[in-house]
Amino acid sequence: MSDTATAATVSASAATDAPAVHMIGVNKWYGDFHVLKDIDLTVKKGEKIVICGPSGSGKSTMIRCINRLEEHQAGRIVVDGTELTDDLKRIDEIRRDVGMVFQHFNLFPHLTILENCTLAPIWVKKMAKKDAEEVAMHYLKRVRIPEQALKYPGQLSGGQQQRVAIARSLCMSPKIMLFDEPTSALDPEMVKEVLDTMVSLANEGMTMLCVTHEMGFARQVADRVIFMDAGQIIEMNEPNAFFADPKHERTKLFLSQILH
Amino acid sequence: MSDVTASAAFVRPTLAEPRDPPKSFVGPFAWARAHLFGSIFDALLTAFGLFLLGWIAWTVLDFALFRAVWSAKDGETCRAEGVGACWPYVEAYWKQFVYGRYPAEERWRPTLVFAIFAATLIPLAMPKVPYKRANVIAFLVGMPIASYFLLTGGVFGLEPVETTLWGGLLVTLIVSVVGIVCSLPLGILLALGRRSKLPIIKMLCIVTIEFWRGVPLITVLFMASNMLPLFMPEGMEVDKLLRALIGVAIFTSAYLAETIRGGLQAIPKGQYEGAMALGLGYWQMMGLIVMPQALKLVIPGIVNSFISLFKDTTLVLIVSIFDLLGMIQASLADPVWISPVTGKTGYLVAAVTFWVFCFGMSRYSQWMERRLATGHKR
Repeated sequence: MSDTATAATVSASAATDAPAVHMIGVNKWYGDFHVLKDIDLTVKKGEKIVICGPSGSGKSTMIRCINRLEEHQAGRIVVDGTELTDDLKRIDEIRRDVGMVFQHFNLFPHLTILENCTLAPIWVKKMAKKDAEEVAMHYLKRVRIPEQALKYPGQLSGGQQQRVAIARSLCMSPKIMLFDEPTSALDPEMVKEVLDTMVSLANEGMTMLCVTHEMGFARQVADRVIFMDAGQIIEMNEPNAFFADPKHERTKLFLSQILH
Repeated sequence: MSDVTASAAFVRPTLAEPRDPPKSFVGPFAWARAHLFGSIFDALLTAFGLFLLGWIAWTVLDFALFRAVWSAKDGETCRAEGVGACWPYVEAYWKQFVYGRYPAEERWRPTLVFAIFAATLIPLAMPKVPYKRANVIAFLVGMPIASYFLLTGGVFGLEPVETTLWGGLLVTLIVSVVGIVCSLPLGILLALGRRSKLPIIKMLCIVTIEFWRGVPLITVLFMASNMLPLFMPEGMEVDKLLRALIGVAIFTSAYLAETIRGGLQAIPKGQYEGAMALGLGYWQMMGLIVMPQALKLVIPGIVNSFISLFKDTTLVLIVSIFDLLGMIQASLADPVWISPVTGKTGYLVAAVTFWVFCFGMSRYSQWMERRLATGHKR
């Protein structure tokens, strides 16, 4: 597994026309509470989307629908040409191709860093242990912590843990990466090392959907910025226009609050 | 704050080096002063504790060693006034304590079973010994099959021995080992079932757990041995020891299920989500991510159940299966050895034997806990 190999698979799949993620009229309720309202979103292959919005606006729920950590109750979600239905096989297929990075890392504390990274390749992709370890070391080098491979997650700093979480996802060679507030739980000194990793990933052409409030990151890598509130997409634009000239009142208010 | 001479600016020229703590806070004397003689009340408690400890140790040693009878042909010497433990009685009976009424000329078979058991268990319990997979198979498949044929006989020219003749430590170990090995997986399944989203499975598991937890073990054993045959089809008979084994295993698994469920509830949702996002299926997620962490958390509770199971094996006496305690009690009726101290000696042997096994389990589990404590320590 090398960079050229992943780059080749990305460009090969880019040749087929199906969008990476296609959401059509997606609705979701928690009991009576309507969390997602008529979400329509098409993400092209290689596109980087940053999603922001106040807490409780449904942004996490939206990206969690893409790999079925949350179930949508109306509308359609098509991921890389495969529609999400109740069919468990399809859900597993999609999860194999969609990596996810969480706010609280969700590393497995009873396994070493290396085992965290090789677990899914070995058990889900049925890769040989040796190959899986090679792949894992490759990605741990890329997030610049190969020397931590034999430690346990509890022995690492937050920033290091989050980089391991990114490497763990990459070991499955995903076509799409979802980031759910990856820097919100980090000490201020550690935010940059995680963002740098994400920027380099973006520069390699990965399709990314990031829920984040790191507006510097949005300016630097996003193709589009989405603002959500009350379960709806309020505004969507390319970053320069989004920050310089927000159209909706709610967006203006939100940006004035977070940009000071 | 009010120091007007201090300026707002401060820069530390060099970083302070770490220094040793003051002498009065380190060393055994400082420890003793802090923990044993911190105050007059502490000192009194310490003195009282040491006195109690010494008194108990003296009483036991006095009975078991200093005043003990070491050699005698029968109980005559032990019947003398003021003597301690009657060890010749134990010497005469220890084989029955270990093998029960297993025929004397066939006792090499249980001995061999003990040896196989030790040979497969001890390396399994030591993390450093390699070939764990082969070892597990040997312990869970090879050992039970070999033990079954060796003990029951009837094949390979071995004399058949009925289970009603089995007894003593042999039965204690059979019931507890089979109980432990069978109840753990059963308990795991019941715990998972109780947390299942499928309502029928969930209900079945709840009913099973609550039924078996709600019934005393004595009742379970009594029902298994006296009531069950009434429901069996004519001519079909299940061995009494086997029935007791099944009863004990299911009974313990109901308790274990609740212990394990407690561990499952302590695993954060993020662990499930992390596993699912990587594409792991339900059984992979449970087997590789959730269960290892949950079981590790509840090791004290699990071992608690195992220890209590080990001691509860003595209840099989109620269905006339003679375990170690049963054999000791039966031997007390022997008129040759009858004396005021025979019973005390016999029960001392029982107590020490049970204690050694239970304490061993407890220490091993504590050691295992420390060894596995990787994740949650920071």
